[in-house]
Amino acid sequence: MSQIKARAEQSRQKKAAFGRDLNLEEFSRQGGAWEYDPDYRQFSPEERSRLLTAGIELTDEDHAGTFLQADQAIVHCQTRQPGVEVLPITEAVKRHDWAKNLLWGLVAVDADKYTAAAELELDNGYFIRALPGAKIAQPVESCLYIRTDRFAQHVHNLVVVEEGASLHIITGCATHPGVRSGLHIGVSEFYVKKGGSLTFTMVHNWGEDVHVRPRTAVRVEAGGTYVSNYILLRPVKSVQMYPTVTLNGEGAVARLQSILIAHPGCELDVGGRVILQAPRTRAEVIARTLAIGGYSMARGHLVGLVPDIKAHLECRGLILGNGVVHAIPELEGRVAGVDMSHEAAVGKIAAEEVEYLMARGLDEDEAVSTIVRGFLNVKIEGLPPALEAEMEQAIQESGKGL
Amino acid sequence: MLEIDDLWVNIEDKEVLKGINLRVPVGETHILFGKNGSGKSSLLMAIMGFERYAVKQGRISFLGQDITQLPTYERARLGLGLSFQRPPTIRGVKTADVLRVCSRGAIVPEVLAAAYDFTEFLDREVNHGFSGGELKRSELLQLLAQNPKMVLLDEPESGVDLENLQVVGKIIAHLLQKDRRPQAREHSGLIITHTGFIMDYINADRAYILSGGRMCCQGNPRDLLHDIKNFGYEECAKCRR
Repeated sequence: MSQIKARAEQSRQKKAAFGRDLNLEEFSRQGGAWEYDPDYRQFSPEERSRLLTAGIELTDEDHAGTFLQADQAIVHCQTRQPGVEVLPITEAVKRHDWAKNLLWGLVAVDADKYTAAAELELDNGYFIRALPGAKIAQPVESCLYIRTDRFAQHVHNLVVVEEGASLHIITGCATHPGVRSGLHIGVSEFYVKKGGSLTFTMVHNWGEDVHVRPRTAVRVEAGGTYVSNYILLRPVKSVQMYPTVTLNGEGAVARLQSILIAHPGCELDVGGRVILQAPRTRAEVIARTLAIGGYSMARGHLVGLVPDIKAHLECRGLILGNGVVHAIPELEGRVAGVDMSHEAAVGKIAAEEVEYLMARGLDEDEAVSTIVRGFLNVKIEGLPPALEAEMEQAIQESGKGL
Repeated sequence: MLEIDDLWVNIEDKEVLKGINLRVPVGETHILFGKNGSGKSSLLMAIMGFERYAVKQGRISFLGQDITQLPTYERARLGLGLSFQRPPTIRGVKTADVLRVCSRGAIVPEVLAAAYDFTEFLDREVNHGFSGGELKRSELLQLLAQNPKMVLLDEPESGVDLENLQVVGKIIAHLLQKDRRPQAREHSGLIITHTGFIMDYINADRAYILSGGRMCCQGNPRDLLHDIKNFGYEECAKCRR
């Protein structure tokens, strides 16, 4: 047994540091045997519309590459532009010897029972790579889809942006409209090499009883940029994630943005950690949480290990009606000469703001929607139009009946 | 245009307006004077229908319609427009978006802003980090977009420097159609001022002094301002003209 496997075995029962503990045996490991589908023919209009709200357009047009995994099965995988490579991870490690060495290079296999499960019972996952110097203008679309009720999906993803390359990945994670419960475990390791740029936009649209445990780590080399956008607008049972970005080369930059809506019955524990360990690195973590009956723990942690770094953490929560937003921003400067700040605010909509807009002719619902829209207004480039429409609808629904 | 009869208003348990009577005819501009806490802003807020200002007795009519129980947005849609003394900041909402909202899509914010040298503020969050003069200009620009028949201004010159005061004065004159003959004016105004500076830009028709939630005096705006300057509010309150 390899050392990695042995460590995973030892961590089979290890609870995660944060979030509700799950009994993995309550979920099924029997997914559907879905066939490879070059034209996306097997998807019903209902499924298409569901995937669209997770930013997945189910077309190869206007995409540099596409990847779709349903339960355990790779249903679609295409590379459409030179300079980009999209493969199932199981295939990638066969094709590139070095790829294997990158797995578990950033995330510890024995971090908890979820990382262990991804190693011990891997379904698949995506491998996406931008070749050196390749500027990939169109996004790569990847989709991790649970199509069978109660299924526990285990994936391990690897992204490599080679020196001087740039890439935008839009990943949509969703469940079939008929799926209520399930578990998604997603280990993701992203390597952004010297001067590279990766924008990673992740949209979740899960079933109401689905638990989600992403385990993400990113390493950015000198002059590289990593931008993460995480959007969760629809009900889910629980999400616990705390991605860690390490800026280990001079001038590397990270920007982590999240937009979350905590619906009734929903438990979110979402954070972002950036370790700045090279001079002139910059980081910004921005979280916007709207609680409309659910619970949201918003964590953020900036670690400054060397002088001449600059980092800012901004965590804002808005509670409409009921709900809990618990913000824990942490700044950890280990040397003199770091410049780190944070801004955290949790509150309700101010009556005077609503009245101000009503004095301009907006009714109460319109005024609340305008304020919520402003609150969630985080600039995210390159979102598909359908997703922008979905965000608008979620905002309208959030402000109803207050 | 605006008729107020025996208006009594409370904020929680405190009486802030005690039997106000007021008539602002079409095309006229009236001024409200009074010490801090005399009830001037409360009167404008009550006219606008803000929830905190509970009408206990009396009636507010606008354009012949009883609006005493109407929600704020319906009053705004009927043609009442308020410039706030201290408008709130709304994070994430751009000034251009609010201008669009004010006109219900009837104006192009860029065109309006360009005409009043306000273009650089369009992409900024509403009232966020604005100086005193910028706040007032933003408020008035919103009123221009809204194009109200009755303009309610709460201290439009406070915190405004001399250069901006001229701009503010011109916008208010435009809102009140001061370029037209008095008989041709269709817009009216009710303006709170402490300094009277704004009266240099508009020809106000009538003024009132509020004291302790009551109208204690009324008359020619310049005469009243002169009396206030010379004798103070206390004497004016006693005079009861």
